[in-house]
Amino acid sequence: MTVYNIYIFNREGTCLYYYEWNRRTDCNMPKYEEFKLLHGMLFSIKSFVTRLSPIDGKNSFISYRTNKYKLHFYETPTGLKFVMNTDLAVENIQDTLHDIYNKIYVEYIVKNPLCKLNEPIQSSLFRTKLDEHVKSLPFY
Amino acid sequence: MAIQSVFILNKAGGLIYHTDRYNSKNDVEKTFGYPLDIVLKEDDKLTVIFGERDGIKVGFSLLAVNGEELSNKQLPNGTDALDFLKDPNNYPVSLKFGRIKLKTNEKIMFASMFHTLFAISTKLSPEQKSSGIQVLETESFKLHCYQTATGVKFLVLTDPKQGPMDNFLKRFHELYTDYALKNPFYSLEMPIRCELFDTNLQKTMEQVERATTQYSNE
Repeated sequence: MTVYNIYIFNREGTCLYYYEWNRRTDCNMPKYEEFKLLHGMLFSIKSFVTRLSPIDGKNSFISYRTNKYKLHFYETPTGLKFVMNTDLAVENIQDTLHDIYNKIYVEYIVKNPLCKLNEPIQSSLFRTKLDEHVKSLPFY
Repeated sequence: MAIQSVFILNKAGGLIYHTDRYNSKNDVEKTFGYPLDIVLKEDDKLTVIFGERDGIKVGFSLLAVNGEELSNKQLPNGTDALDFLKDPNNYPVSLKFGRIKLKTNEKIMFASMFHTLFAISTKLSPEQKSSGIQVLETESFKLHCYQTATGVKFLVLTDPKQGPMDNFLKRFHELYTDYALKNPFYSLEMPIRCELFDTNLQKTMEQVERATTQYSNE
């Protein structure tokens, strides 16, 4: 099993953090364009899902899969979006993404007065902690 | 009901066939006093944007006032519904809220939207030679998509707990080739209006439903 990469977006759609572990392709476009494209896609999927849903209440998007990879999505009520691409064998990982938010983002970014919110993350502490956390996951 | 709706998209992303199978009635009727504790937003209809209570949810639309159906935000006598609700003399008032079903135009829009999402998901793949979206999971439904070699897409909206629908999608494709494509009055890429296709598809969906309910009862 593999984890390909992770994206963190804020509510305005800025990509705060991107890291890749096992990515096999390179989209032939600059990174910032890829972030915009992905965020645009997530935004459309969200509106698509709320309107298409046959029942009411919580209608959040969880994941999609193609024949090669699976994209997992988790959004906090403050609009922070966590996106992780893994291979197909991985089940629902909402809890894992919540852990990344709760144990790593909140601990090392929100509680760090030197890290400005809504700006791309520079903290190396955050990077190492996230890397450790992901590498310890059972499906890494 | 396991299958909620099915769609067929042509290779340009146009909607050429759709059926809905759900007709869940979850409209809520309540009597309100003045002032109204629900915030309504006005666009082409009146939608609840704040103040969920008694089964009325955000996203519901105002369907009827005192049992009189609204048409185009207006009461049958021509007064604007919002003006009517602003007047304290009209209270207590009984309001009916519910979800407005997707209109055909909206369905066409969502079909082409899915077509682009499908293409973007291929583009953003971390692995080489990826197909587009095959299954999209949400908390309230699951969308299964099967793309044929010629680019036609078959979509099925099911229950979130529904397992793989590959067999059904293949069967669906078979029906399409048998009853829609072999119909001499059907022109390619155009909406499918074919009775034989409708009846056979309904039959297949019922079969699948029976099979899945049996499975879930065991």
